[in-house]
Amino acid sequence: MRSVSIIGVGCTKFGERWDVSLRDMIAEAGVMAIEDAEITGEQIDALYVGNMSGGRFIEQEHIGALIADCAGLSRLHVPSTRVEAACASGGLALRQAVLAVASGYSDIVIAAGVEKMTDVSSGTAADALASAADREWECFFGATFPALYAMMAKLHMRRYGTTHDQMAQVAVKNHHHACFNPIAQYHMEVSIEDVNRSPLVADPLHVLDCSPISDGAAAVVLAPTEMARRFADTPIKIVGSGQASDTLALHDRRDLTTLDATVHAGRAAFAQAGIEPRQVDVAEVHDCFTIAEILAIEDLGFVEKGQGGKATEEGFTALGSSLPINTSGGLKACGHPVGATGIKQAYEIALQLRGEAGRRQVEEAEVGLAHNVGGSGGTALVHIFTR
Amino acid sequence: MTTQAPRFWRSIPQRYNLQGTHCTSCNEYFFPPRNLCPNCRRDAHLEEYAFKGTGTIVTYTTIYNATEDFEMLTPYNLAIIQLDEGPRVTGQIVSSPGEIKIGMRVRPVFRILGKEGDRGIIYYGTKFAPILEPSCAKE
Amino acid sequence: MVSGIVSYGVYIPRFRIRVDEIARVWGDGADISEGLRVFEKSVPDLDEDAVTIAVEAARNALARGNVDPRRIGAIYVGSESHPYAVKPTGTIVGQAVCTSASYTTADFEFACKAGTAAIQACLGLVGSNNIDIGLAIGADVSQGAPGDMLEYTAAAGGAAYLIGRENLAAEIENFYSFTTDTPDFWRREGMPYPEHGGRFTGEPAYFKHVSSAARGLMERMGTKPDDYDYAVFHQPNGKFPVRVAKMLGFSKKQIEPGLVVPMIGNTYSGSCLIGLAATLDIAKPGDRIFVTSFGSGAGSDAFSIRVLDGIEEIRCGAPSVRDYIGSAQYLDYAMYAKHKGKLRI
Repeated sequence: MRSVSIIGVGCTKFGERWDVSLRDMIAEAGVMAIEDAEITGEQIDALYVGNMSGGRFIEQEHIGALIADCAGLSRLHVPSTRVEAACASGGLALRQAVLAVASGYSDIVIAAGVEKMTDVSSGTAADALASAADREWECFFGATFPALYAMMAKLHMRRYGTTHDQMAQVAVKNHHHACFNPIAQYHMEVSIEDVNRSPLVADPLHVLDCSPISDGAAAVVLAPTEMARRFADTPIKIVGSGQASDTLALHDRRDLTTLDATVHAGRAAFAQAGIEPRQVDVAEVHDCFTIAEILAIEDLGFVEKGQGGKATEEGFTALGSSLPINTSGGLKACGHPVGATGIKQAYEIALQLRGEAGRRQVEEAEVGLAHNVGGSGGTALVHIFTR
Repeated sequence: MTTQAPRFWRSIPQRYNLQGTHCTSCNEYFFPPRNLCPNCRRDAHLEEYAFKGTGTIVTYTTIYNATEDFEMLTPYNLAIIQLDEGPRVTGQIVSSPGEIKIGMRVRPVFRILGKEGDRGIIYYGTKFAPILEPSCAKE
Repeated sequence: MVSGIVSYGVYIPRFRIRVDEIARVWGDGADISEGLRVFEKSVPDLDEDAVTIAVEAARNALARGNVDPRRIGAIYVGSESHPYAVKPTGTIVGQAVCTSASYTTADFEFACKAGTAAIQACLGLVGSNNIDIGLAIGADVSQGAPGDMLEYTAAAGGAAYLIGRENLAAEIENFYSFTTDTPDFWRREGMPYPEHGGRFTGEPAYFKHVSSAARGLMERMGTKPDDYDYAVFHQPNGKFPVRVAKMLGFSKKQIEPGLVVPMIGNTYSGSCLIGLAATLDIAKPGDRIFVTSFGSGAGSDAFSIRVLDGIEEIRCGAPSVRDYIGSAQYLDYAMYAKHKGKLRI
């Protein structure tokens, strides 16, 4: 298996992009990445695109062919594959691209992600997102997606003493980080009081505990590390890639306060990279809800189980600390166009490791990690990057 | 209008009467029913089993913002319940939010789960309520 | 051959609205509740209907008597609020209580007496040895038009009776029906709320049919009011049953245990059957109960019931009527209107 590196990245602005379509966004992100990598269309061997639900949002499937077409690559007949794992679609697309290059089957591969969520009502969007859960045995009985994470939060609070203020601190921190990120959906600070005063969605989660509905696209270009210096001054090596599944329904999990998929994907990635959690300098984790970031930093091994709330409260994961989490603003403040998120995470880590993260730069970042989850934890992807 | 009658008809025994499976090889109980036991896979002996429906609340939430189908019910309570025989299910608790506690005992009740609009099918099924002991049983 | 009640069960939803609260909204004055002798009525939850109430009552009946549902050979559910105009409530009840597939069913409607008609049908099939056990249910989530007098009393609830030949808790000694074509109260197909004839619903309807059926049964059996320990009459409000009891020669003491309308309102097809259940909850072996239902349109079914030793064995198998009356949660008019689907969205 060959070593794989990122030689180019691109990302659109995330937010409510009324004026652009899915096709517009994927073309924009793709062109940015290709120009960043200084490659030509003829050099692209394959495309992988993460997209959760083109069918529900814009009544469009066959996204793989669509992307190739938008990118002007149809006449070159480039193989193009749409990958779906709910909110982990982007991370899974990245992994598929990594495997294609690492195996020697392809040389230059693009991993992209895109979601256009604002063409439908928020009720329809919520229902589409609910299909990341177990439709037959959770949603049909009245579960909403926030409700599932709310139940995890309640149990975590009961078992470990985590407080809602600690969860709110995740939102405060991520909004603060997003103020330094030009492509983020939100450029506003929030306080713990703001979070507590926002309407309840599913107790104990308030509106400001939840990531928003967003449009956006991102793309990265991969090449074998042995070729990478031809294209990039600072190729970013992908030294670990882990993927794991777990039961679809939350109620079937071994432990309702742990995402075992994250634990297993993380272990696999760390083992492959020969790296330990404490060596990570910067990480993008899956904060679809504030509680999700707390669970993530525990399940990835950055802090002990049950200590995630306290660590957040004490600033352990803020810019300037020893392990800044979600310098992009995370899903919460940067936005969460579902299929794009996993690739945006890779984009952010690449910028950090290249030293191109501007005012949100983590000093001398050498090792980065991206963590992407599908649904309430049915799928998890972990990638580890080094300079 | 289109109806999804066959899909919902198939799971009537599960929704009305909590019909699941029991693997006699490893003695684990499953709800909903499984085609393959995750422990024994093809070596399993699976038989039908109807759960009593009584159980304990493991965790819960009160939902204020719901999908269109459930908007009329908000705020309503959702919980993960551990049935006495072992498996966990997700279900609504028909009780005021203040009455629910982790560890509370519940029993099954028969309620409307949803409707296909004004003209389509009504889906009935199981929700959960605090246990109601007959008063004379205490004497 | 002796046939009768093997077991019974009731279900009353937990929500209530006070009559005074309804009066407040429509400006009808605080003495309405005294005038009707109804103080509060039951309100269904947003996810309850006549079917869910019928199922809960039936499950209670089976649990109370520890009866194997596969013995049920017929199911008749009487209601004026069946949720489907076409597709019987009976099949959903059968599936939900785990009968075999070898049973007959069809839905009944006769205003408030559909439940007692269902009992008569079961008695016929049981008595002729065609089936082992019949399940007769009266259940309703009745509607009163906003601002109409009926809104004060139209309530939700139901009762289920398992009718058989063996292990009886009470014998149904005899019954008698009196029926005429009298348009005192009706609802046209597709209309949401019923219409009624105001005072016409009294003497030519309720009182004529109840007293004719009651007298007809006593004449047939050669019994008199003194021969009975308890009596249950249909309860559209708290005054009619007291008046008809007096007319027939029954005392207030006899009707007291079965008079539930002041606390839960008129549960229509469930009314008499819940009153009978409340009486069975406290009756002793050897007690005799006289029951007369009334359904607008119009007709009455009268029953003479003798309680047997078996009543003691099934006493504590399921919640009593008092248990359900006791677990009450109060709504204001706005929430009540939402629960009853009176708000057009």
